[in-house]
Amino acid sequence: MINFQYARAADVADAVRQIAADPKAKFIAGGTNLIDLMKEDVERPTLLIDISRLPLKTVEETAGGGLRIGALVPNFDLAYHPLIEKRYPLLASAILAGASQQLRNMASTGGNLLQRTRCAYFYDTATPCNKREPGSGCSAIKGLNRIHAILGASDACIATHPSDMCVALVALDAKVHVTGPAGARAIAFADFHRLPGDTPQIDTSLRPNEIVTAVELPAKGFAKNYSYLKIRDRLSYAFALVSIAAALEIEGGKIKEARLALGGVAHKPWRDPAAEAALRGQAANEAAFTRAADALLRDAKGYEHNTFKIELARRGIVRTLTQAARGTPQSQSSKKIA
Amino acid sequence: MARTSTARPIGSAIPAPDKISIKLNVNGVERPLKVAPWTTLLDALRDHLDLTGTKKGCDHGQCGACTVLVDGRRINSCLTLAVMKDGAKVTTIEGLATNGALHALQQAFIEHDAFQCGYCTPGQICSAAGLIAEGKAKTADEIRELMSGNICRCGAYPNIVAAIQQAMGQS
Repeated sequence: MINFQYARAADVADAVRQIAADPKAKFIAGGTNLIDLMKEDVERPTLLIDISRLPLKTVEETAGGGLRIGALVPNFDLAYHPLIEKRYPLLASAILAGASQQLRNMASTGGNLLQRTRCAYFYDTATPCNKREPGSGCSAIKGLNRIHAILGASDACIATHPSDMCVALVALDAKVHVTGPAGARAIAFADFHRLPGDTPQIDTSLRPNEIVTAVELPAKGFAKNYSYLKIRDRLSYAFALVSIAAALEIEGGKIKEARLALGGVAHKPWRDPAAEAALRGQAANEAAFTRAADALLRDAKGYEHNTFKIELARRGIVRTLTQAARGTPQSQSSKKIA
Repeated sequence: MARTSTARPIGSAIPAPDKISIKLNVNGVERPLKVAPWTTLLDALRDHLDLTGTKKGCDHGQCGACTVLVDGRRINSCLTLAVMKDGAKVTTIEGLATNGALHALQQAFIEHDAFQCGYCTPGQICSAAGLIAEGKAKTADEIRELMSGNICRCGAYPNIVAAIQQAMGQS
């Protein structure tokens, strides 16, 4: 690993001050992704600002009936938090579908949002990559692109966002609270991550020197009809080929409200209003679910090795919506897909 | 050749910062240490404290061989900077036995022949100790899922699950 300086942040304001003073500084919390990227020479900060001791570790109820999750709440604590298990089981399930228990013990809520793609070319400094080195080219477009995007990609980048947790958060309409030199603001989760366009080096809509302080969940948690289905090359501890978060509100056999988000398919957790509109007011059956899948995948485009993902996503969406409608969510320990 | 400029040559590393003094409580013993910022907890344990029971497998958080308990929680020590754990309580495989008696998991791994080459075993056992403390696994499926961060290339998984089930029954 490269040499770097180390400093601790005294509070959020101090963290912002310190990072603004050094353009090559980075925050470190859980470190599960950043240290790995530093060992691979992909990230080369000259200063790490340790924010892991800041008091951002609580889950609090909001006046609006939702929850405010501190940015440093570990993924493990969040997945097993009684209020998350009871009111937002979709989020608990998605978190437990990702990584390992060791990594979930280390990884923070804010860090999960900010993890980088696992595209092998991004990691391999011997190959061109527009995300790592803007303007150098994309090795994946004509390379080994089995795990890459089928939606929202560009000629500059076809990487995917690796998070499971974020797929549930976008489906649940979460908000990201951030603080920067210009003060605090909130970002709708759907606007937090971005598509690559011609600037794939930028993953999020965070402005320079902003720090994530919390993630807020609205009151509605879809605790009755939800499912998170993750399809991957091995049954555990692997990134998604395709993952699906589905949440339904059903009244008298008809879908009153629907949420549908996908992981492993795009540069951001993918949520499509058109697919959700295709479900609203419909009977909760396979025909409606298939129409929603077709709507979501209408612009899907495969590359040499990942075209299979389009049909995989289509079937996965129908299966996950079926699980949600039945109230039989996918188990994250028994891997049989019901 | 004498340097005429104080500027660093292109491509050179930044100057090594001073080592940082930290304290770790390792297996019940206070261990003051001086480490560089980039020293991982794994390297601190193995190279500074001569506790080589904790293994370096992939060094990227993918295999679990480096699993130790920090403040009672299992983590990957290869992805942890030692300076960030200043003041923490660390338990390694060397700290599990008490008064010369093997930990229930160590005994169960022997009885179930839950290894072949043994390289992943310290990580497996520390991870299983974390699993039992968490109290989230009841069934064999749940043990397998919540132990998935520990890879055994010899494929001793069925015996590892059996050993953990035995130790769980005793805890």
